[in-house]
Parts: sequence; structure tokens; C-alpha cells
Amino acid sequence: MTNLENAQMDMLAGKVKMTQQSVNTAMNPSDALDRPIRLTARDVTVHYGAKQALHGISIDIPDRAVTSFIGPSGCGKSTFLRCINRMNDTIEGAKVGGTIKLDGEDVYDPNLDVVELRARIGMVFQKPNPFPKSIYENVAYGPRIHGLARNKADLDEIVISSLRKAGLFEEVKDRLGEAGTGLSGGQQQRLCIARAIAVGPEVILMDEPCSALDPIATAIIEELIDELRENYTIVIVTHSMQQAARVSQKTAFFHLGNLIEEGVTEDIFTNPVNKQTQDYIMGRIG
Amino acid sequence: MTDLLGTGRKAANERTQLVRAGLRRRHRNEQAFRILGIVAICCALGFVALLFTDVLRKGIPAFHQATLHLDVTYDPTLLNVDPVPERTAGQSDADFNAARLAWQRSVAMLNWNKVVEAALRTVTPAGLEIDSRQLLTIPETNARHVIREAFVANPNLLGRTRSFDLLASANVDNWVKGNIDRELGDAQQQMPAQARALVDGWVADGTITQDFAWGLFTNVDSRAAPASAGLAGAFMGSLYMMLVVIVLAVPIGVASAIYLEEFAPKSRLTDLIEVNINNLAAVPSIVFGLLGAAVFINFFHLPRSAPLVGGLVLTLMTLPTIIIATRAALQGVSPALRQAALGLGASKTQMVFHHVLPVTFPSILTATIIGVAQALGETAPLLLIGMNAFVASVPGSIVDQATALPVQIFLWQGNENRNFFEARTSAAIMVLLGLMILLNAVAIFLRTRLERRA
Repeated sequence: MTNLENAQMDMLAGKVKMTQQSVNTAMNPSDALDRPIRLTARDVTVHYGAKQALHGISIDIPDRAVTSFIGPSGCGKSTFLRCINRMNDTIEGAKVGGTIKLDGEDVYDPNLDVVELRARIGMVFQKPNPFPKSIYENVAYGPRIHGLARNKADLDEIVISSLRKAGLFEEVKDRLGEAGTGLSGGQQQRLCIARAIAVGPEVILMDEPCSALDPIATAIIEELIDELRENYTIVIVTHSMQQAARVSQKTAFFHLGNLIEEGVTEDIFTNPVNKQTQDYIMGRIG
Repeated sequence: MTDLLGTGRKAANERTQLVRAGLRRRHRNEQAFRILGIVAICCALGFVALLFTDVLRKGIPAFHQATLHLDVTYDPTLLNVDPVPERTAGQSDADFNAARLAWQRSVAMLNWNKVVEAALRTVTPAGLEIDSRQLLTIPETNARHVIREAFVANPNLLGRTRSFDLLASANVDNWVKGNIDRELGDAQQQMPAQARALVDGWVADGTITQDFAWGLFTNVDSRAAPASAGLAGAFMGSLYMMLVVIVLAVPIGVASAIYLEEFAPKSRLTDLIEVNINNLAAVPSIVFGLLGAAVFINFFHLPRSAPLVGGLVLTLMTLPTIIIATRAALQGVSPALRQAALGLGASKTQMVFHHVLPVTFPSILTATIIGVAQALGETAPLLLIGMNAFVASVPGSIVDQATALPVQIFLWQGNENRNFFEARTSAAIMVLLGLMILLNAVAIFLRTRLERRA
């Protein structure tokens, strides 16, 4: 708690003090942008009926790094995130324009099956939403519907290693048969991360994954995100600028449906080019 | 204005006074509403209690019935009957069956009332003068059939004596239970004086006792022998109808609800369908009866009075209830669960069948059972498709003529033998209410059980 408060104080004072992970990034400032590009978005627009929610977003998402989207409420950052795995398809009256490419393949190609896409791009939601089933079943569900395990032994292995990667295995190894909904909030969110990992995605989208968690659970998830970036391309939407500063290598600032500024996290927080970004980071808007 | 929002001590005190003044009124209102609520609950409970006590008070006596314990002698002098045909060597099946049928017919032609009368005479006190006609009003008219059936089943009874528990007639039952004023003059009594005296004597010596009326559950309706009228036919009719309703209404209703809620595109057409389904739930049930008569009977020529047609009509009536309740249950599923499934790459069908349906299953089940219970108690539409016919047999299939429990109650309520059938009607209501309570209890049990597991 005091750490968070300190960080906030420092940020308000304009002298951003990086946490452990961000300090690592700071040592190699080009790290984030030197990476190959995994996802490219060009001129992405979203309309909800007559209302335009996104105005031509273009951004490149680097491979095996954490990209964070920040901005005030209703700025379109979650909407854009949900375009990437086409979750907006499920919303009545939502229309998406422009192109989003994953490894050069158009995500909105009518020949592309959305089921396959979502197997490649996993998602973790704002509120932990485990299935009302056992911990084991929660993790096993994805591999099972996609036919990733040939037999029970394979499935067991997937479940255990997913739970390990999500840092949950040691806590739940004796009660895999118990309901996932009986875990604490932070554990539930890690269970959801394990569930996403179990499908073997290349990209993991996280929509404010810590907003419903207490600071300790948040710290654990942030650490986990930092570990996961070794193997996964991660895009995270967050309300907390401190979180963005701590976990991400690249940051994009959204405002009123526009992408205002994007760049290496450290640059955005220490040296924003745009006036609006400056104001937001200084706490003057949002 | 400035005074009202003043920050000084005085202004604050004034505001407190204002709040206090209003507080009394607020408390009074709250109290008034609480009292109104309690009064309403008491009224409702009072009426329910009134209904139940009335039904129980009238119905409970009907579960016991005056029964005659008689030793019946199959006297060969009264029963001039050939021996049962034995199969002779070389006789064909057809000939043998014909011979047996002829024998049975000859047995049926005998005057069995003489046997009944002889049995009654053996227990009649020597001094009492009573003619055969009056004597034979004491047992129910089906007594001779019961004695004859026993003989047909076992022809060796000829020349022997067997004891029977025979139902007393409805009039005797009323007399024994004290439903008839003993002070009334002969002209107003239902039974002649000698018969009344005889019955009183038999009650005193145990020849007539009040036994549990199993016949109420095992017998079919009867007009010739009202004391033997039972609910077996109506019960089976209702059971067959429930089967038809469950087999048709549940899958169609649940599937329509799932399609409309989860898959159908939101368009003017689906809006129209939704409005119509909601309106159908409010259509008077008798209209469904008219529809059933016009469509199923007149157009499709399905048999009248059949549980099949009754079941179809009740299916139409129950469908909106099931669809609306199922849709409500589906709408109640949290979007987070749907997103979790979709986010993992589940298809829409997988999302519905793997996650949404299991969660809503208890609610759908409850809705279904309540819909079926509602159908079980429905009477009006059945009257229009001929299920109020007098049916004196247990239906063997869904196309046999039958009646239903609530219709049987309606028929008994209108029976001209009021004294006797008032109690029977209440007893039938108790059976129907018992079934309803059972169904609802099953619904509650399954619901809590499934919810605990989920």
C-alpha cells in the first residue's frame, strides 16, 4: 500500500520512480521497440450503432513484451482491446472498420474462424470469471474443446503446467477437484490466466485484470505478468498509470476514442510529447 | 435561503428540528405500510386455511366407507350352473374357447341377487320383517358382480362359503356416518324403516364397519354403483396427459427459448414473436380448448376424450409459461460467464450447452414442473374436447377415452347424489392437491439439490 502511495506521490511530483521491473527496461531503453511486430492495427474504427467509439487507431504491438493501454474511462482502450480477438462481434450493433493483422493475417478475414482466432489470442477479463466448475475443469475446458490433448495424461500435464505458469499450482494442488469459484479473488484471476494459457495462445489480452483485486493480489498478478512476457505477447488495459509503468514496455495513451500517443513506456511517462498525455500523466485530466 | 443553508449552530439546530418533524411522519408511514403488509398476509393465510379446513373437513370422512362383512354361500340350489367345460381330447382351440364363453355367459345370466340376499338373510335377526327389494338396497349394487367374478375366477366355490368385504350403498354410508337426520319422518328418509333398523343392528354387531376406502384409488367412476366410484380412471387419464405434456412441451419450450434468447437475430420478426408468446400466456385456457376441438379433433380427426388431445391442448397452454421462464433464466446468466467461454474460443453452441444451460438447469426444471403442475390442474379446455365424458374404464393408452382428475372433481361436484358425492368431491380435491404439492416439493427438492451442487 505504502509503495503504491509513494509511487503515486512521485508521479504527481513529476519525477517518475520506476519499480524493479521498469528499472530493467530502463537499462535497455530500446528493448520494447526493437522487438519484431506481432500485431498491427491500421485505421481501426468502431461504431456502436450511430455512436463512434474509436477513431482510426493505428498501432504496432511488439512480440513477447507487455503493451499497456492507458487513458480515462470511456476512452476506447477496452473497446480496442476487444477488437483484437473479435469479442466485439458478440455485442449487438457493434461495427468494426480498418484492419488488424496477427502475423500478417487479417483478423477480420471472413474466411478466418473466430474460434481459431480466440484459441491464438487468449483473454483475461476485468472481474475474475471462473466457470462454476472445479479448478481442474476450468483449466481443462479450453484444451478439451480445441482437442489439444490426446489423452487424460496429456490433459493432466497441460492443466498442471498451466497452473504452474500462472503461479497457482502450489496453492491449489491438493484441491483441484474443488470449485474454482471458492478461491479468493486474486487466485480466481490467476486461475483465469491459467485457463487462458492452457489453450496455448500467442497473445494474451488483459482487460483491467487487477481492478477488482486488493493491492497484494495485484502485486502478485503484476509479477506474474512480468514472468509471462518471456513467452507471450501481452496487451493490458489498465486504469492505473503506476501499473502501466511497472509492467509494460510499451504504452499507448487513449483519449476520447483516439490514440493520442504511443511509445516506450519510459518515454511516455518521463517525456510525453503530447500535451494531453502530459496532462493525463500529471493527473490533470481523467 | 442563506439561512437554510447556514453553517452556524443556530441554522444547524433549525435543520435538525425540520428533520425531526419529518421523521415522525416517515416512521408513521413505515409503520402503516408494515401493518398493511401484515394484514394482507394474514388475510391470504386466513383464506388458504379456510379452504384447506373446509376441504379436509368434508373430504376426510370419504376415505372411510361403510363396508359389509358377509359370508356368501354359493348354494347349488340357487345357482343352476353347468360344470366348467373341460378340454376333451381332439377339441380345437376355437371350440374350447367357444364352450368356455358359453359357460361364462350362462353364469352371467344367473340371478346373483338371490345369492346376495341369502347371505344377507343369514345375518338378519329372526324377528325382523324385510322384503328382498328393501334388503338389497343395503349393499351397493355391484355386490352381485363382485360375488360373480369370484366364482368365474374359481368355479370350485360352488357349494362352499367364502367371506366378502362388500361396499354398503351410498345411502347406508350416509346413514352410518350420521349425514342424515335420524329424526326425519319415513317419507323424507332415503331408506325404509326396516332397512335402517337392520343397518343399525349390523353396525352394533360389527357386520358393517367403516373400512379404509381403497376403492377410491383403485376403482373407476361409476354411476350405477356410486359407492364404488373411484379415481383410478381419472388418475391414469391425467398421468397420460402429463406424459404427453412433458414429452412435447418441455423440449419444444426449452428449445424455442434457447433459440430465441441465444441464437435468433434481434429483428422485428423476433420482437413480434416475443410479444405474441407473452400474450399467449395470458390467453384464457378455454380458448385453447376451442382450438383443440377445432384443430386436433375436427381437422386432424384425433379421437375425442383422449389424453392425447388433452395433452396436446395442455401443451399449447403450457408452452408460453415454459418459454418465458426459460428465457428469464437464460437472461439471468451473467455476461461474464458467456465472455469467459467465448474468450477461450468456445463456439456459441458450446457456450450455451457447456456453460449457460448447466447453470440455468435448476430454474428451467422448476419452471417446467410448475408449468406441468398448472396443466395438471386445468379443467376448462378439457371440457371442450370431450374429456368430461363419463368413462367407466381405466385408459390403456393415450388414445383411449379418459377423463382427468380436475374434470372428475367437476363431474362429481355436479352429481345428483349430493349427500354422498360432496365428501367424494372433497376427497378427490385432496388427492389432486396432494399431487400438486408433491410435484412442487419435487421441484423445490431438485432445485436446492442442483443449486448446492453447482
